[in-house]
Amino acid sequence: MMGQSLYDFFERRGRAVRVGIERLGIAARFTGALLGVLLQAIRRTALIIRELYFSGVRSLLIVAVSGVFVGMVLAVQGYEVLQRYGSAESLGVIVALSLVRELGPVVTALLFAGRASSAVTAEIGLMRATEQLAAMDMMAVDPMARVVAPRFLAAIFSMPILTLIFSSAGVIGAWIIGVRLIGIDDGAFWSQMQANVDLRIDIVNGLIKSAVFGVALGLVSVFEGYFAAPTAEGVASATTRTVVISSLAVLLLDFVLTVMMFRGLS
Amino acid sequence: MDDGGPTAMIDLRDVRFSYGGRTILNGITLTIKRGEIVAVMGGSGGGKTTLLGLIGGRLKPDAGEVIVDGQNVPRLNKAALYALRRRIGMLFQFGALFTDLSVYDNVAFPLREQTDLPDALIDPLVLMKLEAVGLRGAKDLMPAELSGGMARRIALARAVALDPAVMLYDEPFTGLDPISIGIIGRLIKRLHRALGMTSIIVTHDINETLRLADRIVVLANGRIHRDLKPEDVTSSDDPFIRQFADGLPDGPVPFHYPAPDYAAELIG
Repeated sequence: MMGQSLYDFFERRGRAVRVGIERLGIAARFTGALLGVLLQAIRRTALIIRELYFSGVRSLLIVAVSGVFVGMVLAVQGYEVLQRYGSAESLGVIVALSLVRELGPVVTALLFAGRASSAVTAEIGLMRATEQLAAMDMMAVDPMARVVAPRFLAAIFSMPILTLIFSSAGVIGAWIIGVRLIGIDDGAFWSQMQANVDLRIDIVNGLIKSAVFGVALGLVSVFEGYFAAPTAEGVASATTRTVVISSLAVLLLDFVLTVMMFRGLS
Repeated sequence: MDDGGPTAMIDLRDVRFSYGGRTILNGITLTIKRGEIVAVMGGSGGGKTTLLGLIGGRLKPDAGEVIVDGQNVPRLNKAALYALRRRIGMLFQFGALFTDLSVYDNVAFPLREQTDLPDALIDPLVLMKLEAVGLRGAKDLMPAELSGGMARRIALARAVALDPAVMLYDEPFTGLDPISIGIIGRLIKRLHRALGMTSIIVTHDINETLRLADRIVVLANGRIHRDLKPEDVTSSDDPFIRQFADGLPDGPVPFHYPAPDYAAELIG
């Protein structure tokens, strides 16, 4: 009896490991196929622009509004601490650096995962379930180039732009709280920010982060959609997986990138 | 028996296919001549759709050869396979229309993707195909606004947009009302004649099949069970064909899914 259950235990573990490795292999092959059609897909700008609209433009409102609120919260919390040390005018710097380096890319990516990536997964999953991808393939049109690649590229192009918008909205939110409501000096708020936020170190690094997140978000969303089981349940769980995996990937990548970019700066 | 000479459009030789450890096709040899309409019948899950997948090159056989218009499909690289597919039209079970495109754009899709024709030339082609299926007036509708029968007709117009030499039909009658079934059947026949195509229809609609097909191939247990003329179906005393033609619940295709003994399971 004992031997049998031990055997079962190892069998189950073994199968889980094998399925995991198999899925990794599938993902690697899928990524390879995707990269293979990327040059071909990037020339069809009309398709990419369409996806930029659905993923990027339609995410504008949620990103901008979230940015304003995050900026306002940062201002309230930041002022609370800064005024203890008599350096409330540094509020602009603190908020801008937090946004541009970390919160901008990360929160935008999390919002994008929920707003756009999930929709892409559901769309591709349903296209597959209703044989639209098969029909396209039978018409000698590669679904990888026609459907998958434009959505992947749109995520990469949208993310840095949305991140800039999020961070800008955040700065405006902080300005409303800090300058208009609390009464910090307007000139100090902006000039300190201008003097201490570096284009290369802070803004460009933040944008690089957001582009890397865009690659991860785009890849996860099209992969999960492409391999979703062709049922209502399959598409639903693929959509959930997209949001979960994207969010975890973004946070993990953010840690790695932050260490690479900002360790030992001062 | 035809040996797959120049008149053969599709030639399957001892094709075997299994999926997930289950044998689906176990040695299929079938020749389809140019201009023929062949119906493939058989129980659900019997490998009928698999056959279309093999002919269209979406599936690869474990063994055997699949030759379409003189080309060995499983051995083609992607470019050659896509070149062949430009000459193959396929109607999917529920139409598989692109839900984000209008009826017009669905029919225009293959023309826009596969040709360099300007819009001014594509427009009359699309309208002609839509007129052929009687739905020119529906060109601005979205697929979600169509009935099942209309969607199937639009999908048919899209499938023949490039005037294919071979048409594959995957359950074209499934889920349609009797009027739509009649319309689709007649369209299949008319397009077949007008375009001089070779057609393969996978179906279990026996009435429509008898009216349409030149030949009926019955699959059972992964093999070709019978290959006969429509007029021989009604007189056939083969138990499998009788069960199929008469819609009998039990017979060679059992009513019961394999189960342990009923009495024993009830008593426990």
